[in-house]
Amino acid sequence: MEKSDLKVKVLGTWSSPFVMRARIALNMKSVNYEFLQERLWEGKSERLLKSNPVHKKVPVLIHGDKLICESLIIVEYIDEVWPSAPSILHSDPNERAIARFWAAYLDDKWFPSMRSIGFARGEDEKKAAIAEFEKGLVLLEKAFGNCRKGKPFFGGDQIGYLDIAFGCFLGWLRVTETTSGIKLLSEAKTPALINWAHRFCSDAAVKDVMPDTEKLAEFAKMIASKRRGEAPPKS
Amino acid sequence: MADQVKLFGMWASPYSRRVELALKLKGIPYEYIEEDLSNKSCLLLKYNPVHQKIPVLVHNGKPVAESLVILEYIDETWTNNPVLPQDPYDRAMARFWAKFIDEKILITTRKVSLASGKEQEQAIEEITEQLKLLENELKGKEYFSGHNIGFLDIVANFLVFWFGNVQEVLGIDMFSEEKFPVIFEWIQKLVKIDVVNECRIPKEKHLDYIRTRVEAFKSSTK
Repeated sequence: MEKSDLKVKVLGTWSSPFVMRARIALNMKSVNYEFLQERLWEGKSERLLKSNPVHKKVPVLIHGDKLICESLIIVEYIDEVWPSAPSILHSDPNERAIARFWAAYLDDKWFPSMRSIGFARGEDEKKAAIAEFEKGLVLLEKAFGNCRKGKPFFGGDQIGYLDIAFGCFLGWLRVTETTSGIKLLSEAKTPALINWAHRFCSDAAVKDVMPDTEKLAEFAKMIASKRRGEAPPKS
Repeated sequence: MADQVKLFGMWASPYSRRVELALKLKGIPYEYIEEDLSNKSCLLLKYNPVHQKIPVLVHNGKPVAESLVILEYIDETWTNNPVLPQDPYDRAMARFWAKFIDEKILITTRKVSLASGKEQEQAIEEITEQLKLLENELKGKEYFSGHNIGFLDIVANFLVFWFGNVQEVLGIDMFSEEKFPVIFEWIQKLVKIDVVNECRIPKEKHLDYIRTRVEAFKSSTK
């Protein structure tokens, strides 16, 4: 049987930006997959622990009998197994290196700085966290200007690796804007990224997997109260 | 036009040495620029403004930063002696374990070096577990990449020269042939390879370097 005909499943949650990356990549390639939802707030299932024993995290891509973990590694795997258009990564090694560099920056620095806003205690800590985060956004606005070469996306005419790596965080970015009361993507500092964000969220491969901001905000509240040890709401 | 390749690196950095190893494996001529990390050059800051770190590869004037990104760039640009496997699943596995080394093993190594007492004991337990997981990937194989050294062997280079030195300075027993026989067998094979030896770090100089850093950290936290 052709590798690309084997059954595909994604183990994940609707709220995880990392899981979204895998789903967007599969959607881009028009690959049908079964979405196995984990309820991580109730604990890690036997299925998850078996599928990702090293990190015990989602997403896991299950392709036939193979298990692939780590969202960006999954995206590259998908691009290589289903090499038909559209390509997720650029063909030029330098463009690929730039995209991988910024994806690593997003995961290692930028997303943790967004989470710091949510965990900040007191106004001073919150202000400092927001300032740090906004510095990152300004860097990303500049990177967008350099990568896009006048086109609508980081990937050019269509969404690509870096659009996926970055765009998956937009839901949580909007929730952070709501809870902090501050516009993080702004016309003043990140005008190009604001327009990019609209285009990304409207993309056919993205719109059905991008969570609704209100639903995500409710979910965030539920997780926060669980962390504080309050009784979970009936849902 | 001939290719112009420069590498901004630092002699004691495993991240920098892994890029050198990849370049040498492919026979790519390059100019090496040693950076003084306490006084970073303008060129380094220009080529890596975001992180201001080494290694940075500059190919015909275009910079590439982050060692794993550089390794993939090298493999894609100079396609002789490929370091990543051909099969997508094998590539995914190589990338997975490379990430594990950088995000877990190397970070825990730092914890072991800088912690003391119970905290250090816990870090040693953590690293033992992590190394056991990595060792599993070697079982039944000559090298992580199979019959020849490749991507994951290059990324795991710190086990060859660095680990033993860190252990010696700290006076701890966390990495031994007894505990990790398969990894030690792999190390013996690696040190017989010419290009790996060309990337060997000078032992005494390295022991001094580690000592200085550990002492500086300990006095800054008193």
